[in-house]
Formats: sequence, structure tokens, C-alpha cells
Amino acid sequence: MSLTLFNVVLAVIIAISFVGLNAAYLVWCERKGAGLFQRRPGPMENGPWGLLQPPVDGVKLMTKQLLIPGGVDKAIFMVAPVLAMFPALISFVTIPFSENIVAHPIDVGVLMIFAFAALGGMSLLVAGWGSRNKYSMISSVRAVSQTVAYEIPLMITTITVVMISGSLNLGDIVQTQLGGFWHWNIWPLQKQVGFNLLMPFSFLILFVCSVAETNRAPFDLGEAESELVAGFHTEYSSMGFGLFFMGEYANIVIGACLTVILFLGGWACPVGDLGFFPFTHHVGWFLLKIYLIIFVFIWIRWTFPRTTIYGLLNLSWKYLIPISLFNLLLTAGLLKVF
Amino acid sequence: MTPVPPPALFSADGMVGLIFLVMIGVTLFGGFIAATAERLVRALSGIVICFTGVAGFYYFLNSPFMAMMQILIYVGAICVTISFAIMLAAPEEKIKSSPSNMLSGPFGFMIAALIFGGMTALALTTEWQVNAKTASGSVREIGIHLLTTYSMIFELISIVLLIAIIGSIVIARGGRN
Repeated sequence: MSLTLFNVVLAVIIAISFVGLNAAYLVWCERKGAGLFQRRPGPMENGPWGLLQPPVDGVKLMTKQLLIPGGVDKAIFMVAPVLAMFPALISFVTIPFSENIVAHPIDVGVLMIFAFAALGGMSLLVAGWGSRNKYSMISSVRAVSQTVAYEIPLMITTITVVMISGSLNLGDIVQTQLGGFWHWNIWPLQKQVGFNLLMPFSFLILFVCSVAETNRAPFDLGEAESELVAGFHTEYSSMGFGLFFMGEYANIVIGACLTVILFLGGWACPVGDLGFFPFTHHVGWFLLKIYLIIFVFIWIRWTFPRTTIYGLLNLSWKYLIPISLFNLLLTAGLLKVF
Repeated sequence: MTPVPPPALFSADGMVGLIFLVMIGVTLFGGFIAATAERLVRALSGIVICFTGVAGFYYFLNSPFMAMMQILIYVGAICVTISFAIMLAAPEEKIKSSPSNMLSGPFGFMIAALIFGGMTALALTTEWQVNAKTASGSVREIGIHLLTTYSMIFELISIVLLIAIIGSIVIARGGRN
């Protein structure tokens, strides 16, 4: 494929529309899911099953007045929503949707996702601070301490998988898991992971951390609306709020992609290489898996109540970090032995 | 040394040059904000922009690993640490403190100008030798070098970090009864 300007522009448009569509329709899924778990229909007025709700919401958000309160730190206030959306978009560059569908298979893809996730954490901080509002400020303090706390077990668990695969390239990580669901990194009893019995727990740690990193309930302490109005986006209206919202859903997709790539075999077919079956290793499997993970995200959000900030930080520093560190050492040892 | 004519804007070299200039712009812009901002939070944002620009340079110089580590460590860790420090100290500080030592003001400006002139002269008069590419700069190469050629430095850095961690634990425990 020649790297012409047209191709680059096309790839950028596809990436942005993928993120945008996902953000819009995940809101619909979220509301339908909430309805499902709370025994009510959810959105149903606009279009069949309320499917036209997201575009209507988008028009509403875009036509609202962009209100900038007098007391805010204007430059920072304006930059923060962009900063929330930008890292989420750029992370999609390196995510392999299938063997061939990847914008730029950079060799340090895992690091890239973490690097830009860190940049996304800064956006919450900057938003809370730029608003010069005490609720926003408390929220940004919480968000930052949460991000710092959960980044550590997330990275340690990822390093464990990187050690197993021997590569930081997300595509290569998937390549080692092809050929049936029993080859996925989540299963303990295989030579690939050194017969490490803790692999399902690492998967769980990674999953919990990605829920926490994306500020989702039950870890959405940053925007606890019963305590902090709306947290860091209290002062934002119109598309400023819309960008935060889209950034959150884009981050959820990235978290789900990372979970699927690291532990659930990426685009690999669950039943292995069948030969006669045309969709053995196909982007469809990848999408199916990430939407299953996203469904679990929604399921958790509407099932569990919000934790407290102390419970949240204790969970990470006192349980997840020691367990993931131990698992790192154990995996290193087992990989050496087997 | 004959001056090379600048490449056309929409050729490959032209785009590369443009990207390079944009990165210089971003880095300088961030640095400028960091140096002149009146509020600490703005200065912090300036540092973030500056570090991101520097990461762009690393990527430009074909070292994506260094670029990602630059963002991960400097933006993700150091700036967050600084932000914690600001939060704990004085979040609502509005007035820029005026440093009163002899290095501020015209004297400091003179020194900066001298350094800038010296560096420029050095860069312009040196006969630059373009070395052949020694290694691919991949993570694998960096890892092998860290654990063989530079293992002493690597271990020393880990000891320094260990001491820092223990020190911070001691300080944190000291505040409790």
C-alpha cells in the first residue's frame, strides 16, 4: 500500500468516524443496557428502538451555547476537552483490528497506549483546575490519584503479558495467541504462559484497572454526582462537555481493545484454524470480543454502587499492586523454568 | 560548503522539514509558557506541551521507544508529581513570585543570551560528521545494552531509585503517630 496523502487522509477520517460512531452509539447501548438492568425500556421514541437518539443528542449538544464562566482560566479551560479527546484518538493508530487492518503497527505499541493514556489523565487535571471551582478541583485531585494508583498494576500486568509474548508490538502479541481459545493468554495451563496458574487473576486485574482508568462506575469517584455536582466537567456545557463524554467512550473502547489483545487473542477465532471456515482470523472476532467486554463494562456500571475514594485507593495500593508484582516475578520464574 | 536550496514544500523532504519546524515551534511555545506563566497550573501545562514537543523530536529521529518513554515518564509521571506538589502547596496562588536574587532581570538575560550565542556559534562552526547508523535503536537493542554495556549504570540508577523510595516511605511514616 503506497502511503499517499489520500490514503493518510482516508485513514484519519476512518479512525475519527470509528471513534465518533462508537462514542455516539455506545451512549445508546449504555442507556439501553441501563434500561435492561433496571427493567425499563430505555430510549425508544426516536426511530426504531430509539436508534436515532445519538444523532439527535449530537445536534442538541452542538447547537447549545458554549458557555464560558467568567471566573475560569480561559486558555486552560478551552484546551482541556481537546486534550481529553486527542490521546484517545491517537491511540487507535496502533491498535490492530486484524492482521491487516492497522494504521501504523509501531514496535512499541503497548507503550504508546500507556503514554497517551497518561496524557489523557492530564486532561482531567487541567479541566478541574481551569474551572476554578472547588468541586471540579476536588474531582481532579481524585482523578489524578486514581489514575496514578491504577496505572501501576495495569502496567505491571501488561509487562507480564509482554514477557510471555516477547514483544511490545500489539500485533505480535496477538500472533502468539492464534489457533483456538485454549491458546489465549488468559488460560493458565499452557506452555506459552509457563503454566502460570495466576493468569486468570492477571486478566481480572487488567480488567479492573481498565475500568478504573476510564473513570467508570463503580470507580467514577472523579464525577461522583451526589458529592461533586459533576466533577471536572461541572462548568462545561455544549460540545465542551460532549468532547469529555466522547473521550470517555473512546477510552472505554481502547481499554476493551487492550484487554482483548493482551488476554483474549485479538482477532483470533475462538475455535482455532478450521480451514473450511472463511472467517478464521477476522476483524469480526475482534469487534465481537471488544463489544462483549464493553457490555461487561456497562453491566458493571449499572450493577454496583460507587465505592469510596479510600476503598478505591486501598484496593489498588494494598491488593492489586502486590498481587501483580508477585505475578510478574512468578511469570518470569516460570517462563525461565519451562 | 555550498548552501543547499530548500526543498519544495510538498515533496517528502519538504514535509519532513515542516514537521520538524512544527516540533521546534511546539517545544519553544511550551517552554515559553512555562517560563512566563503567572499561574503555576499554566506553567505546568507549558511543561507538558514542551515535553510532548521533545517526544516529537525523538520520534522524528527514528527512536519511537524514547519518544513514548518521554511522554510516559515526563508527562505521565513527572508532571503528575509536580501537579501533586502544587495541589498540596498553594492551589490558588495567583501572584507570580518575583525572584529577588542577583540572577534575575537583565543579568540573567545576558547570561542566557551569551549561552545562546555560544551554542549557535558552536553549532554553525563545527564540522559535523554524520556517523553511520550503529544500531537499530529498537527496544531489544536498548535492553541488551542496558544489561551488558551499561549494566553498572543501570544498577546504580536502580539503587538510587530504591533509596528514594525508602526515603519517601520514611518521611511518610514519620508524620504518623
